[in-house]
Amino acid sequence: MKKKNDLKGWLYLLPALVFIGVFMIYPLIDVLIYSFEEGYNFASQQYQGIGLYNYSYVLHDPYFLQALKNTFILVIITVPLSTGIALLISLALNSIKKLKDLFQTIFFLPYVTNTLAVGLVFMILFKKTAYSEGLINLLLNTFGIASIDFIEGPYWAKMFVLCFYTIWVVLPFKILILTSALASVNKDYYNVARVDGTSKWRIFYKITLPMISPSLFYLIITGFIGAFKAYSDVVALFGVDLNAAGMNTIVGYVYDMLYGNSGGYPSFASAAALILFMIVLTITMINLMVSKKNVHYQ
Amino acid sequence: MKIVLEHLTKKFISKHNKNEIVTAVNDFDFEIPDGKLVGLLGPSGCGKSTTLNLICGLEEPTSGKIFFGDLDVSKLPPENRGVGMVFQNYALYPHLTVRQNIMFPLENLKGADKLSKEVMEEKALEAAKLVQIEMLMDRRPSELSGGQQQRVAIARALVKTPGVLLLDEPLSNLDARLRLQTREQIRRIQKETGITTIFVTHDQEEAMSISDMIVVMSAGVLQQMGKPQEVYNDPINLFVAKFLGTPAINVFDGYIRDHGLYIGDDRIGERNVEDQEVYIGVRPEAFDPKENGSFKCKYDRTETTGRDTSIVCHNDKCISDEDIRAIISADEPVYINDGVITFDLKPNKVHVFSKKDESVIR
Repeated sequence: MKKKNDLKGWLYLLPALVFIGVFMIYPLIDVLIYSFEEGYNFASQQYQGIGLYNYSYVLHDPYFLQALKNTFILVIITVPLSTGIALLISLALNSIKKLKDLFQTIFFLPYVTNTLAVGLVFMILFKKTAYSEGLINLLLNTFGIASIDFIEGPYWAKMFVLCFYTIWVVLPFKILILTSALASVNKDYYNVARVDGTSKWRIFYKITLPMISPSLFYLIITGFIGAFKAYSDVVALFGVDLNAAGMNTIVGYVYDMLYGNSGGYPSFASAAALILFMIVLTITMINLMVSKKNVHYQ
Repeated sequence: MKIVLEHLTKKFISKHNKNEIVTAVNDFDFEIPDGKLVGLLGPSGCGKSTTLNLICGLEEPTSGKIFFGDLDVSKLPPENRGVGMVFQNYALYPHLTVRQNIMFPLENLKGADKLSKEVMEEKALEAAKLVQIEMLMDRRPSELSGGQQQRVAIARALVKTPGVLLLDEPLSNLDARLRLQTREQIRRIQKETGITTIFVTHDQEEAMSISDMIVVMSAGVLQQMGKPQEVYNDPINLFVAKFLGTPAINVFDGYIRDHGLYIGDDRIGERNVEDQEVYIGVRPEAFDPKENGSFKCKYDRTETTGRDTSIVCHNDKCISDEDIRAIISADEPVYINDGVITFDLKPNKVHVFSKKDESVIR
């Protein structure tokens, strides 16, 4: 009887297992193999040896190092800022009564718009051309600040636009998650705290924050992973030749190695992808370790 | 601390219909003496929880005043009233241990009232000992039974030694056996601390068993207050008579003629008032089986539950329930003739109410 049940169980799992096997496990193993095959040639499907040369090449490639630096800056700035801002907005939304639905809709709108379209709008806002200064520059000028070329100008300006844009794009989802987390905290906790004379800050720090910590933690982990995988946003702002713009990201580097102008190097792409994988894995592990202490599941 | 409510009224705008105003508490005017355990009693939706929230300060009265002792607290926020409150679902912080939960109110103290960690620990332990949970201090609420959680909530409400302790439906989330135990605990804790305590309940038995005083409410209106047994023995109107007592009082259509009290053709007692139609309430323990008793009923069956023997019988004039329940002592002889059983009714257990306004006719 037990054997038969086991068999049935596997049978039910089979479709899912086949899908995962074909579209996830196999490509993963394939990427791993590619990354160790030296001098692989797409056309002949031949390689010359097995070793760590691909990794060494990638890690010494200035383009990759630039992409690594860009990605890290993006992650370190946007994840805490976007989560923090989303939390502030959610708290504000949660405390107002009138027009709450309207504001919630407004804050959620960016989520349903297309990344590339939004990127285009950002570019138009920030870009300085021979004919126009761009809206942001016009604003800066009214405060007596000289125009800055955000799209093709100095590195910090470009990074500023990228971070600004990324935060703006990820905010709606985070606000959505956090407002529902806040709304699901039982009002009695706040009533009890009020009767006990708990200060607003202490209520937030000692009650609200622990109560929504699972949602917050979820957002931080997915935020880290999402930011490490940034690519399409960067293309939307700075075009496809990211290396030239000095604004490439790790995923962008992988793409370029496969299909870009310098493309046709699946081994280098695989090595870079695995390096990214190791970074994300490490960060997520650290996140999990920190969360054990500070996240309270009920 | 003595609590005085003066013409306390609370009106809400109805949730379903914005033009409708609901009066949850209507002109409450009563005084709760110092150091008593008081049960606010009424069916669901009668405004008893609102009354508690008004006393606590979580709700603001529409009109009227609340005094703690001589101090008018009507406009004070809850934290300045010196009340401890236990919510129906306990509202223990799930991410904190029992100790941290109990210490939470103490950690809120600021300025001159600020306590050292040692004093806080000591006070928390003291409160825990009072409710007998000192061995559970390092557990989390999810690891406790309902009764233990309840006691932690009480300890947390008591740790600041409030002048008034408020309990919202303290026993409703517990099973029957725990309920008995816990209500004794509440009685004991209240006696030991001497804190004026008000608790809300819809369970009349619960209120009757432990309260020094009960306040019966219906639809936002105060019906009657007093010692539980006094209210039970002398209900001021039909609602109070029906609400108190299990099994419930039997209500009959009756009338008064020539100073005689009648149910159908049976003259069951006397009333010195003018002739009129009345409701007659007869407590289950009023029935006294007699061979030639004044009140005739159709016998149906005898039920024995534990120490009680109850006779179930029928009478066309009974309007409260199809079955009339009469509780008699087990060794009393019962006379049944042709399926008809006759009783004498104990006069002090029979209550008469006007058909006009349901008030008592003594």
